[in-house]
Amino acid sequence: MRRAGEVLLVLLAAALVLVVAWTVPWLRFVLTIALAKGLAVLGILLLLRAGQVSFGHALYLAFAAYAIAFGAARVPETLLLLPLAAIGAALLGLLVGLFVVRYREIFFGMLNLALSMVFYSLLEKFYSITHGTDGIRLPPTTFAGQVLDPETQGWAMLCLALLLSILFAVLVRIYLASPIGQALAGIKTREARLEFMGISGRRVLLSAYVLSTLMAGCGGAVLAMTTRHVTPALSYWTASGELVFIAILGGSGSVAGPFLGAVAYELTRVYAAALVADAWQMVLGAVLLLVILFAPGGLWGMGRALVGRRRQA
Amino acid sequence: MLAWFSENTLLLGLAALDGLSYAATVFMVAVGLNLVFGVLRILNVAHGSLFAIGGYVAATLGLFIASHGLPAWLSLPALLLAAVLTGALLGPVIERLLLRRVENQEPVLQLLVTFALFMILEDLQKLVWGVQPVVSDAPVRLLGTVDVPFGTDVIPFTAYQLFVLPGVAVVTLLGLVWFLRRTLAGRMIVAVTEDREAARAMGIDAARVTLLTFSAGAALAALGGALASPTASLVPGVGAQTIVLSFAVVATAGLGRVEGAAVTALLIGLGRAFAVYFEPELEVVIPYIIMVAVLLVRPQGLFGVLETRRI
Repeated sequence: MRRAGEVLLVLLAAALVLVVAWTVPWLRFVLTIALAKGLAVLGILLLLRAGQVSFGHALYLAFAAYAIAFGAARVPETLLLLPLAAIGAALLGLLVGLFVVRYREIFFGMLNLALSMVFYSLLEKFYSITHGTDGIRLPPTTFAGQVLDPETQGWAMLCLALLLSILFAVLVRIYLASPIGQALAGIKTREARLEFMGISGRRVLLSAYVLSTLMAGCGGAVLAMTTRHVTPALSYWTASGELVFIAILGGSGSVAGPFLGAVAYELTRVYAAALVADAWQMVLGAVLLLVILFAPGGLWGMGRALVGRRRQA
Repeated sequence: MLAWFSENTLLLGLAALDGLSYAATVFMVAVGLNLVFGVLRILNVAHGSLFAIGGYVAATLGLFIASHGLPAWLSLPALLLAAVLTGALLGPVIERLLLRRVENQEPVLQLLVTFALFMILEDLQKLVWGVQPVVSDAPVRLLGTVDVPFGTDVIPFTAYQLFVLPGVAVVTLLGLVWFLRRTLAGRMIVAVTEDREAARAMGIDAARVTLLTFSAGAALAALGGALASPTASLVPGVGAQTIVLSFAVVATAGLGRVEGAAVTALLIGLGRAFAVYFEPELEVVIPYIIMVAVLLVRPQGLFGVLETRRI
């Protein structure tokens, strides 16, 4: 019964996204970007369950985005590039993960930040390959060999983002409910207890880390193919901070939180930039403060509290 | 190898001098960050913004002095005044109105509060001082340059960067060590850093200590910014750059001793300066490479104390 309700809710949300994108055409782009970021934020949520904050996940997003940018110049095929870029990001995540899962709390956060900053300066300095801060423009990508007109292309990207979002949200749900997902929460409460039970905290965290980088890679790939322009700013530390911001905004209580947060974040950003061009960052900062001070459960927590109150009444 | 050294003496000398003056500013920022983390257990992302604001206030004071025909030597104490103003005005406000409210929240939320503050302060700077570079180099011009003999060569270097920057950093280091180990207020800070509960049980007003420490940390960051402002023009984004660098210093040093921050700042400052002269592509990467290398060998940082595992 509950499960049927959830499936219905997901279908309703997906339908809502499509209807909104159809009635307000300029929102289609914003929603695609929001879903792409939501994918990366889902990875942040996973790490938050273990009590760890990565201030460097933009690295994987940017890595996949640049992989797409280089790949698209040769074979502009979405269905080939996307998995390749995402798997590339996950492999990088495995490599980095083997190193960073040995650390906790601020050391974990700072190491991730450091590595993403290293990648940022590589992108910025090696002008001959990456065109520095100018970034790289991407040609339009094809779908299964089909060249689509811009309108259909936009819809295809939105549907792709939507599909990936649902797929990974379900996957993360299953992961969190599995024994390994339960062990992940154990890292937050008391890691030593996990070790006493014979479970390696590092290995558990590594599995979550690699999954999170895979999702960040998917997000980065969709982002690159939608905006068709990649710059080093994608991996600057503030971009990683933005991901953590969205995670808290949406609420870490549910896999729906990241997507809810990402949509709210992108909409606030678009409207704030239109209303107060010089102070949109300030508006976002104020929103974040209000959420933390008055609704620490995020948007999801707020929604749940509202529904709960109505049920009681 | 030797031949290479004798060929590059001049560059090596320049890099060493540059690194020293750079390390001095980095130290001021990192030591404040370290102090604040010790007492509040919050990694203050907005610390870099305080650095930038300190710099802007100093530049504004410097330009005011120049435009009103006041004696030029006033621009030196103006740097200190800028730091005190920033620390005394912003420090208590941020601590009381924001950080105290999230005292008992999860660490992630506390970190994000400072990130929100960073976003707000970043735009506030742009609104107040605009996006054009702000330059006020009166203190540097005032003191002129000194010829530093280096082997057979002579390097002309600004006296400001040679004496004032490292001088203030050394005075800060010694002053802090004396303050923390010999005075009552300092020992209270150390006590709260070690064990907040126990310190409170001994009758220490932890809330006051927290307020004091945060304001002092803010003033140190602002002093770093004020001291750096005459040597480089101020542009938006300088706070964001500073904070990641001081994160690297703090993580490399490990959390704890003030001297650790000094040694690490020197290491990273020199490392970066040598990169600037010999491998410019690596300039920004060097601090992180040093950090990753150190943490590979010593996970708790160079000077950090290993925390006992809670069971």
